[in-house]
Amino acid sequence: MIRINLVLLCLLVICALALVTSQHRARKLFTELEKEQDIGKQIDVEWGQLQLEQSTWAMHSRVEHIARGTLRMRVPPSGRVRLVPAPARSVP
Amino acid sequence: MKRLNPALSLKLPIVRARVLLSLLLLGFAMLAGRALHLQVLQDDFLQRKGESRYARLLEMPAHRGMITDRHGEPLAISTPVESVWASPADVQATPAQRRQLAHVLNMSEAELNKRLSGSGREFVYLKRHLRPDVAARLVQLGIAGVSLRREHRRYYPAGEVTSHLLGFTDVDDRGQEGIELAYDDRLAGKPGSRRVIKDRLGRVVEDTESVLAPIEGRDVVLSIDRKLQYLAYRELKAAAAEHRAKAGAIVVLDVKSGEVLALANVPAYNPNNRSRRDAARARNRAITDLFEPGSTLKPFTIAAALEARLIRPESTVQTAPGYLMVGHARIDDVHPAEVLTVSELIQRSSNVGVAKLALALPRQQLWSVLSAAGFGAPPRSGFPGEVGGRLRDYQRWRPIEQATLSYGHGISVSLLQLARAYTVFAGDGALQSITLLKRDAPGAATRVVSPGTARAVRAMLETVVHPGGTAVRAQVLGYRVAGKTGTAHKLQGSAYAPDRYVSSFVGMAPASDPRLLVAVMIDEPDNGEHYGGVVAAPAFSAVMAEALRMLSIPPDAPATLAEPDETQPGGPLPEVREEV
Repeated sequence: MIRINLVLLCLLVICALALVTSQHRARKLFTELEKEQDIGKQIDVEWGQLQLEQSTWAMHSRVEHIARGTLRMRVPPSGRVRLVPAPARSVP
Repeated sequence: MKRLNPALSLKLPIVRARVLLSLLLLGFAMLAGRALHLQVLQDDFLQRKGESRYARLLEMPAHRGMITDRHGEPLAISTPVESVWASPADVQATPAQRRQLAHVLNMSEAELNKRLSGSGREFVYLKRHLRPDVAARLVQLGIAGVSLRREHRRYYPAGEVTSHLLGFTDVDDRGQEGIELAYDDRLAGKPGSRRVIKDRLGRVVEDTESVLAPIEGRDVVLSIDRKLQYLAYRELKAAAAEHRAKAGAIVVLDVKSGEVLALANVPAYNPNNRSRRDAARARNRAITDLFEPGSTLKPFTIAAALEARLIRPESTVQTAPGYLMVGHARIDDVHPAEVLTVSELIQRSSNVGVAKLALALPRQQLWSVLSAAGFGAPPRSGFPGEVGGRLRDYQRWRPIEQATLSYGHGISVSLLQLARAYTVFAGDGALQSITLLKRDAPGAATRVVSPGTARAVRAMLETVVHPGGTAVRAQVLGYRVAGKTGTAHKLQGSAYAPDRYVSSFVGMAPASDPRLLVAVMIDEPDNGEHYGGVVAAPAFSAVMAEALRMLSIPPDAPATLAEPDETQPGGPLPEVREEV
């Protein structure tokens, strides 16, 4: 009787220690996960800022200004435009 | 029996034992009572106190969705910014640090001290929405009691070009105007929360309850084309500046799908700058302001007359002697003519001729065409603050009202409503439902007039831009254009102001199979000219020509203009006829 109790007691102690260890590991992993998620969020924010930056650089007024001013580009007069019929359907 | 200890044999009074026993019992009773008090009566309170040592409720902010144009180009983006706040009681800063802080925040030292002097408060915003580099410098100062808080701020990359359309959000990122307000539910999302356990170092180690996940704001995809929007705004602004106009608006519609491709107003404002904004500039005139359309309404009168079989396209109307008396009121033509065909009524914009047709029509007939074309009811674009304009009940019309209505007086419309009504002539007799959101399939259209009538009126509208018409300047090289000018006196109180006008032009191209519809309205041009054909038509032509090219819509006319002198910019202007 007393032997069984001792075995059970040992088992109980082992289980208790295992519980503590796994809990600790779970928390560690959870912290890790949190950290990664934070990085993910940070990257998301950066993506938004980059999108914003891109669309600010690509503002039509700016593009037009550079095209006309610096690069001296202009829309070709319609006399110099030749229409090429599309392969599928012909252009009226 | 031998006595070992004399003390044990001591005979004590029984009462001492009783007192001791009762004291012990009392002690136990007190312990039990205290235990009961803590475990049962104060349990909730203590549990909370204990939990607050390690458990935290974390807010999970939801991100506000983007607004993009039809090609996915961002028009409004939320991005996190730092706001700096302080707890005045906890601020420990040397005078030198205060000076530095004031310098970084770009505020005067006195103002900073004033904000920090409110000792009763625990939370004071020093400055909201800092730029990231400013926030970084602030962190370097490292002043105790001054902290940063992450908030979201809305940015509009296109600035004033899309200002009226998108509206804006308030400092807490809630929609206040325009699309931001109309689709706030969809954009805003819902913040979530989670209860967690934190360890000694402040790291989250465990979720204790089920996490209430935040619902992220969804993106709204508009029907707007950013390139066309910019183009429309640029040309409108140039036209308004050239004619020293008080205001102006422009709408570009895709005729086939009913989508609004561009919608702009002047004067505009920069939505990225919250401090300078006044209500007059913030109004989206194209949707929320009414004006009397003037002659742009004439095609609807003609269409009603054609539908009623009162006239045929080749019928003639006598407009001599250039005026018409209705009761005591007199209707005038700017350029008196003799006998005109129906087509010439439109081309020369004869008030007398159209009024004669309107008076010959049964009231209900005219009213039902106008009503079916969407006049008198909001255009249901989904924009907040949309107006429906005024179209009086035909049963209470007086003859003069019936006559003036035929050329667009005594009725009020918004520019968007007017543009939508013209889809009747662009799309073979059916009124398109319009939308500001991207559509994959054409919207529902309701029939207003027969396809034959719509085509006949469209052919008449084409003559408007031909030599002899009122809007030669609306021509687009290489395309057939159909459209109508409008010039109306502005109402001032209950009378028409003699020298204040609203000039407009509504047109479509290519006329053989219209794809685009552009409506331009210039409010109070003040440069000596006020006819729609001079003020609004050139802006129409510029926008239409560029838009057709951008959307690569094939030309349907030879690449020469009808008037040779119009091919050179700045050449002499052909005679312009217009009504008032």
